[in-house]
Amino acid sequence: MSGASPLLEVRNLETWYGPVNAIRGVSLEVAEGRIHAVLGANGAGKSTLLKSIAGVLDPFKGSIRFADQEIQGQDPDAIARRGVVLVPEGRQVFPFLSVRENLLMGAFARAGRGPGEATTLARIHGWFPRLAERAGQAAGLLSGGEQQMLAIGRALMGEPRLLLLDEPSLGLSPLLTREIFAIIARINAEQGTTIVVVEQNAAIALATAHDGTILELGRAVASGTCAELAAKQDVQEFYLGHGAGGWTKQRWKRRKTWR
Amino acid sequence: MTLDAAVLQLAVNGAAVGAIYALVALGLVMTYKATEVLNFAYGDVLMLSAFIGWYASASLGLPFWAAALVAVGAAAALSYVIDAGVMRRIAGQPHFSAVMLTIAVSFMLRGLAGMVFGPTSRRLETPWSGQTSRFSGVVVADISLAIIATASVVTAVLFVVLRTTRYGIGIQAASQNQLAAYLCGIRVKRLNSLVWAVSGAIAAASGVLLAPLALVDISLWGVVLKGFAALVLGGFGSMPGAVVGGVSIGLIEQFAGVYLPDGFKDVSAQLVLILVLLCFPRGLLGEAHGRRV
Repeated sequence: MSGASPLLEVRNLETWYGPVNAIRGVSLEVAEGRIHAVLGANGAGKSTLLKSIAGVLDPFKGSIRFADQEIQGQDPDAIARRGVVLVPEGRQVFPFLSVRENLLMGAFARAGRGPGEATTLARIHGWFPRLAERAGQAAGLLSGGEQQMLAIGRALMGEPRLLLLDEPSLGLSPLLTREIFAIIARINAEQGTTIVVVEQNAAIALATAHDGTILELGRAVASGTCAELAAKQDVQEFYLGHGAGGWTKQRWKRRKTWR
Repeated sequence: MTLDAAVLQLAVNGAAVGAIYALVALGLVMTYKATEVLNFAYGDVLMLSAFIGWYASASLGLPFWAAALVAVGAAAALSYVIDAGVMRRIAGQPHFSAVMLTIAVSFMLRGLAGMVFGPTSRRLETPWSGQTSRFSGVVVADISLAIIATASVVTAVLFVVLRTTRYGIGIQAASQNQLAAYLCGIRVKRLNSLVWAVSGAIAAASGVLLAPLALVDISLWGVVLKGFAALVLGGFGSMPGAVVGGVSIGLIEQFAGVYLPDGFKDVSAQLVLILVLLCFPRGLLGEAHGRRV
């Protein structure tokens, strides 16, 4: 991560969820064309970070720069039209619209970017053939995995420059999780779309992404390339589950140092 | 005149009134689905636009259709401003506050109409006033036919726009999942205000159609209560239900006025409302699933 200024630059972000200080000064840089994984335990502030970037939550302090423009505090629809598109947690599809109509709605975010809508749609159907098969079906009748594919496909209809994925594996089988992450890697490789993915499954996220950041209790405690992160002893022990000491040692007594 | 002819004639009159109730219910359900606000100011927008139509026709000398267009445009603009200027500020607050706010707006509009137009009843002349047509023994007032035709066209256009156009589907999307609509880049706030504007335009259309049947005066706002009864009968939150409920209430009212003792006509809509709420609160075409939280 060097050279030109990053596509996304988060500086000292602080966000409150009502009385809860969910993010306490997080900084993050994502270079164009990279996949950036955000890891952390429950309540670490991962989803809050994505929601703050996408404008769903207004940050209390700090700045978010996208393509050299400050976007913090703008309405989520305005940020989406700039090309920062969030796929929220829990597959927020439009249940009574058909799959085709759901995808069509994603095109509101294009704001003139990208090729024609038919081209984008064909590309999405190439990645997710099942969306083509189910085009006329109501989105609420799809399975969980198909809804997740639809939510990602709908975001891609907006020709995003930065795609934010919040827990794409939530509630999916290990097989489907692998399928979804394989497609995420393909989207990045084929279209060069920059992706920030929040994920509980650290193993698959570190295997797919280029760079990563680890959040704990609202702070970024480690960041670097995925290879660097995966080499850290603490990451191996606490996120990948194969620490040096094995399970017999009282590992919760050890203090994390993130080295 | 035979009994059959009398029944047919009542049915046409009832359908004409019912078509207006259906429009009123449609306008109400649109803002309810888009912004989850039950708009109690709706009847007053309707009443005010009937006055505007009368003013444009009687004082400015515009022909009926032009006067109706003026009323529709004014009501659409007024409703847009009510949403963009007032309702939007309390988005996210409990529904109760929003409903109280619309009641406040309704009293202000009623007061405004009283100040500007006074308490006198006015008459809005239409090209069909006082004319009748005869269909094999049944005499029907032309105005009833005009009302049914106009209401049908408005309803059909509304359904086609909502089902097939990109912005129409966007309105549906925003009502099904507002967060997801924002994240798709849909200008949800502006779209909601546009829905209010369309709802206001429908209010004006029903007001202008109602004016030749009733008189243009301040009590015209009360038709919103018939709209609520139509909504509940048809199934709250359902647009086809609003149409079915509206026409049914209109028919019930007409027949109750003839075949039931004096006084039933005026309360029949409210009786239906109470009965439906007691016996099958989901209504005729209510959504099968519960409210999604």
